[in-house]
Amino acid sequence: MSTTLWLSPRDETGAPDAVLPPDYLQVEKTVRSWLLTVDHKRIAILFLIGITLSLILGGLFALLLRIELLTPERTIMSAMGYNRSFTHHGIIMVWMFMIPSIPGVFGNFFLPIMLGAKDVAFPRLNLASFYVYLLGSAVTLWALIGGGVDTGWTFYAPYSVDSPTRVVPVGIGIFILGISSILTGINFIVTTHTMRARGITWRKLPLFVWSIYATSIIIIVATPVLGLSLLLIAADHMFRIGIFDPAVGGDPVLFQHIFWFYSHPAVYIMILPTMAVMSEVVCTFSHNRPASYWAIALSSLGIAFVGFLTWGHHMFVAGISTFSAGVFGILSMFVAIFSAIKVFTWTATLYKGRITFTTPMLYFFWFLFLFVFGGMTGVAVATSSLDVHWHDTYFVVAHFHFIMVGGTLTGFLAALHYWFPKMFGRMYSERMGLVASVMVFLGFFFTFMPQFLLGNAGMPRRYYSYPEHYQWLNVLSTGGASILTLGLTLTLGYLIVALVRGPRAGRNPWESRGYEWLSPTRPPKHNFVTQPSFERGPYDYHLPE
Amino acid sequence: MNELMRRLLVLPEQRSTVAQDIDTLHYFVISITMLGAVAVALVALYFIIRYRRGGGHSENRPPDERSGHALSGIPYWAEFVVIAGLLSLFVTWWVIGYRQYVRLQDAPEDSMEVYVIGKQWMWQFAYPDNTRSNGVLYVPSNQPVKLIMTSRDVIHSFYVPAFRIKQDVLPGRFTAVWFEVTEPGTYDIYCTEYCGAGHSTMRGRVIALAPDDYMRRGEDDDAEQLGYRGSGYEVPAGFQGPGSYEEPATIGQFTRRPVTLVEMGERAAARHGCLRCHTVDGAPHIGPTWARAFGSIITLESGQKIVVDEQYITESIMDPLAKIHGGFPPVMPSYQGLMSAVDIGAIVHYMKSLKDLPLDIPASPLPLDERGLKVQPPVIPGKLPNPIPEPELPAADRTGDRINGRMMNERTDAQPEETR
Repeated sequence: MSTTLWLSPRDETGAPDAVLPPDYLQVEKTVRSWLLTVDHKRIAILFLIGITLSLILGGLFALLLRIELLTPERTIMSAMGYNRSFTHHGIIMVWMFMIPSIPGVFGNFFLPIMLGAKDVAFPRLNLASFYVYLLGSAVTLWALIGGGVDTGWTFYAPYSVDSPTRVVPVGIGIFILGISSILTGINFIVTTHTMRARGITWRKLPLFVWSIYATSIIIIVATPVLGLSLLLIAADHMFRIGIFDPAVGGDPVLFQHIFWFYSHPAVYIMILPTMAVMSEVVCTFSHNRPASYWAIALSSLGIAFVGFLTWGHHMFVAGISTFSAGVFGILSMFVAIFSAIKVFTWTATLYKGRITFTTPMLYFFWFLFLFVFGGMTGVAVATSSLDVHWHDTYFVVAHFHFIMVGGTLTGFLAALHYWFPKMFGRMYSERMGLVASVMVFLGFFFTFMPQFLLGNAGMPRRYYSYPEHYQWLNVLSTGGASILTLGLTLTLGYLIVALVRGPRAGRNPWESRGYEWLSPTRPPKHNFVTQPSFERGPYDYHLPE
Repeated sequence: MNELMRRLLVLPEQRSTVAQDIDTLHYFVISITMLGAVAVALVALYFIIRYRRGGGHSENRPPDERSGHALSGIPYWAEFVVIAGLLSLFVTWWVIGYRQYVRLQDAPEDSMEVYVIGKQWMWQFAYPDNTRSNGVLYVPSNQPVKLIMTSRDVIHSFYVPAFRIKQDVLPGRFTAVWFEVTEPGTYDIYCTEYCGAGHSTMRGRVIALAPDDYMRRGEDDDAEQLGYRGSGYEVPAGFQGPGSYEEPATIGQFTRRPVTLVEMGERAAARHGCLRCHTVDGAPHIGPTWARAFGSIITLESGQKIVVDEQYITESIMDPLAKIHGGFPPVMPSYQGLMSAVDIGAIVHYMKSLKDLPLDIPASPLPLDERGLKVQPPVIPGKLPNPIPEPELPAADRTGDRINGRMMNERTDAQPEETR
């Protein structure tokens, strides 16, 4: 792929620059215009800033953990410091980065454009969602700075009920973050139903929208349950009501049921948006229709539905009945079937395409490998007898990082590179993109592959000190983490350079047929100058443009 | 092959009867996983290279005007076969895995039973002969051992990698796990449920002794004499060797001999007033009798049938009204936080000793004294006929119940804190 694509002759910008209205960045430049904006694109940029900072913060905690684990005993911090660090890493990454990442940034920016709409259905609610996110993050960070919490991101009772750390403020912070997700989810669902431009029927909905739509359903159904469980923990913690604490008549396993009823679907809140991005990337860069549009679109809904029926596979050794374990085991396998349908369809989409190989495409390729491996290890841990050995060991840590980092982070990076020209009107260095992408993959692989083996060898997760025979794998993992850090830092560096000095991008540098590429680069405040006709579908590569 | 795969995957040695079967499934599942991921990636890579733009392959392809995708000629049944094949693969894993899981859940009838208490941050083990140990679990090899476990504070999890077993240990209820060690040796125990600052130090050892050595372990006071020093196990500082007896409890003022767990249970039942309502000779009273209760199937008030096992008994002590035995009034108070884990374990064991009571014992109501305690001790086959005098209530048992709001605190276990 040459970097000349952004000046491609196929870039017919409809109108010369002079008559275009000012784009969303130029239309107003005051600080006030940013803080009070109701433009979905500006809100997306605000989310992008918040989410990038969260990623950096969560990443720093991850690095501290990896450094501490270089030696079997104390390296740089105390046991309490370590316990707080992995809790903070988990809380920041899950609720401040992964859950809002792709929906908050790319969902906000592109879902309305892909529907041919001027904005989301409730623009002010959208802005509120950002401020609620900000408030939730602030409360959480304030609690983390003022002492932190050491319960793990899972808040298992009765430990969390008794923990002397700041469980209540952190719980309230996460509760507020949950409200932000719900507001965004409602907005997306209503927008998809009511704001579609003439011509965009459900049969022509971009696959990105289908997946974000499924994600939004999970968000609004599951998140209230998270809020409930955290409030009950807070109540137990403050007033010793005895909901989860057996010392006063509570049931600690009940907490696990309620918590995983949210937190298992939350995994799909994190992975479905990545699938959304990958479906767009693979079609655009193979310049091909999806091998089966409906397979990808409907399997998202299938995952959203079955994902609610699998939470018990987190509890095979928690004391649930043998029968429940069997039922939850087999239901979990159905999620894998829906995911497999997606994987096959993406791969088949490449067949007889006209493939251009770019940074987003490279991320798609890594994702394909990591997701299949991570997903199949998910089927492995749903196999009850194997899970008994793996449960709460590093195997599980490696498995979900394959999905979270190999999935969500890879998807986030793919989306960032894919839509960067449209969002900012500039191109990044393709060569740097490919180099950084290889580093991210290698770093990731060497961070988490050894952790699968650590889990096999029996090293439990959340261990501050460990027997010496686990050390070589831990050192390998920390080595991988440093490469991953370098790759991500490099990415941040060249993207910032590209923001300022990158060459101008045209309207449609990738020659995509996606609806969002019909709008000018950068899109004006209301996305389209004149309402385009949406007669053809978003993947009609077989028709002349 | 087994050994090669085990080493490649860095799995621990297989030292329980179930370990090798589980590992075989592990090899099968992980091999397919790796092959699957690599195969998908290779196919994708092949397509990316072969159908790259400018590769001369696809530029002149006439697009399919009907659907636009080159694959549209593939019949639906082919897709169905692929998906059904994959589903049957997963279901096969599930069937094998679930059968193994059931095997892991069901302890053999003749298991030796050990009571386990987890607490921040150590493991305590109580054996049927009333010996105890901290941090080190002594078991005979080639004999199934069932651990009946509870926690005194937060959730812990009992994990022995070499046995491929794991079970959460919960406060306020009992869970069970079993294993049969195939070779004498020492094996690591890890706590795998995060339990606070000392979580990673909550480790222990299983020392499996050959059955003969196990029988003799009370006589020999030093693990070294049994030859286990050389196998990598070092006696932790402060540990007094296997069979370190606690000061034997006294019964009355005269006897001074180790009290069996059954006797402890009987005393606890009397002390906590259980026997005011529950008889031990088969006669129904305010509550159901304990005679022949354990292991029987009873009908609840709700009509549901349930097996009287450790879980049901524990639940009924903690939350009596949750599952009421049909035909009995819902009057039992909760003992949540009032009874130590040791007492509950002992009572459960006492009830077990009553499960084979012969049916010909007359089912007459027990004579009760003015305090509601039984006058006659029960006749238990195989036990000494001497009546055990009503035990004095030791002061310590009353005070140790609640410290820091936590239940199940005992004062009697001031053993060396052996936490590695």
